[in-house]
Amino acid sequence: MIFPEELRYSRDDEWVKMLDETTALVGITDYAQHQLSDVVYVTLPEAGDEVTADEAFGDVESVKAVSDVLSPVTGTVAEVNEALLDAPELLNEDPYGAWIMKVENITGFAELLDAEAYKSLIGEE
Amino acid sequence: MEDLKLIFERGEEGQGLTLLPPCDVEEHFLPEERKEEPRLPHVSENELMRHYTALSGRVHGVNHGFYPLGSCTMKYNPKVDEATAALPGFTRLHPLQPQESTQGALEAVFLCQSMLGEITGMDAVSMQPAAGAHGELTGLLLIKAYHESRGNRARTKIIVPDSAHGTNPASAVMAGFSVVNIPSGPDGCVDLEVLRAAAGPDTAGLMLTNPNTVGIFDKNIREITDTIHAAGGLCYYDGANLNAVMGVVRPGDMGFDCIHLNLHKTFAAPHGGGGPGAGAVGCKAFLADFLPGPVAACGDAGFVWDTPKRSIGRVKAFWGNFDVMIKSLTYLLTLGRSGVREGAIHAVLAANYMKACLQDDFDMAYPGLCMHEFVMTLERFKEETGVSALDLAKGMLDHGVHPPTMYFPAIVHEALMVEPCETETKETLDAAVALYRSLGEAARRDPESLHTAPHKTPVGRLDEVKAARDQILRWTPQA
Repeated sequence: MIFPEELRYSRDDEWVKMLDETTALVGITDYAQHQLSDVVYVTLPEAGDEVTADEAFGDVESVKAVSDVLSPVTGTVAEVNEALLDAPELLNEDPYGAWIMKVENITGFAELLDAEAYKSLIGEE
Repeated sequence: MEDLKLIFERGEEGQGLTLLPPCDVEEHFLPEERKEEPRLPHVSENELMRHYTALSGRVHGVNHGFYPLGSCTMKYNPKVDEATAALPGFTRLHPLQPQESTQGALEAVFLCQSMLGEITGMDAVSMQPAAGAHGELTGLLLIKAYHESRGNRARTKIIVPDSAHGTNPASAVMAGFSVVNIPSGPDGCVDLEVLRAAAGPDTAGLMLTNPNTVGIFDKNIREITDTIHAAGGLCYYDGANLNAVMGVVRPGDMGFDCIHLNLHKTFAAPHGGGGPGAGAVGCKAFLADFLPGPVAACGDAGFVWDTPKRSIGRVKAFWGNFDVMIKSLTYLLTLGRSGVREGAIHAVLAANYMKACLQDDFDMAYPGLCMHEFVMTLERFKEETGVSALDLAKGMLDHGVHPPTMYFPAIVHEALMVEPCETETKETLDAAVALYRSLGEAARRDPESLHTAPHKTPVGRLDEVKAARDQILRWTPQA
């Protein structure tokens, strides 16, 4: 499994890519997509929605289960990746390319880990 | 095996059935805008019978073989329960018949309410809800009505452990609450520290099943319900796992204020196939006035339908799923007080027996004694063999055994959750253990055979991803 060094990771298996100091892309980690197995459906927030760190902003459904996706940041949704609605498998194929939402006006963060700390959290060396 | 035709693909124009008697009332015609004839199958009676008999040969039910679907309690339902529910005195009643002429049916409902109240330690029971999640919603509406009756609208949150059935948070949201999800401790039980931190002036209540969803009886149950009560909330018992404790310990004595029961799990009405089920709701006396009506009551002049004073209203048309109540009542009367208790004890024994037999072959998510079900975790097994819980489950299908519940509860990775139930013999349990072991060996010897399983079923490995992503929900004739 891959965990790019430049990203930050939440304990709930989301990644954050900071675009500038108050804007970020958010997605789910390679570990999360492995655990979920094939994703078949994604519920996205809408642009303009307020999201709160550690609270659900959407969900992903796999053949195993439906899981909430928790926001790693507090802010306003600027944009969502609508391609996921038609092609949820992108989350499996390219978890770091398939961002779920872009958040702006970020005012707070969940506890975020670097790649090393996240890897040890999930027991991956 | 050949593909089965749909009933619409069988028969020909001109064939048919004459099941209906001549019409003896005035005919009414469909509105004119309905230009086309409805497309109904044209099959003769024997074609019809063959169709459904062929279909029945392709399914697996508890009448075919072992069906240890964890958290579902797929036990064998005695056929006498069907026989009583089919008695003409019950089936020929009209729901709007005068109460004086339906005293026997009312008494049956009343008895069923009383017995379920006795088993659960609840003071009042309504048989209205049609199924489990419907019962959950009803129970939560009781909690809501209670807080509102006290002028308290600040209690908006329901605490639900992360091991709960998905219906729990869904029901809470349906009832207008928001959900506080709390993580379980390493033993699978409620983490008291986390619970204490979560409970507060905004807590409307807690939803819990005990034994819980990993098959463990939460030994801190009184502390859990006390914590919620001290915060001013109420405690709701999801009866999904009552089969493990019926006749032994009562939710009412654990400190729960209201409950629902799945009559189609614990009390031997048919389960699966879309019902009908029944999700009876019980509560302590202080909530009884809010119960959905009508409930059967015993008055001076006999049995009557009664709607509680501050009822949340009807949740089901007419009187609930009456035939299901008759099945459950028959079951309870057949077993009696000692039989109900024995059922629970044997269910727990069967699960522990299988768990003990299998614990050297597969990792158990929570070692030690369990209640009516246990959860295996095949994470290490999958790493070693490449064979997943899904593959192993598919392998079982080739041997006439229904797989356990897979990938649930979600807090256990590569989960297989086994609930053998009290109605299976030791020989059946031994055969299942031998099969699980031999599949475990097959996984090490020839993993590919399991990746591609099942091989002997009418259809092979289904493409679940395609089925979920590319849904065809309606049959259309070939042009």
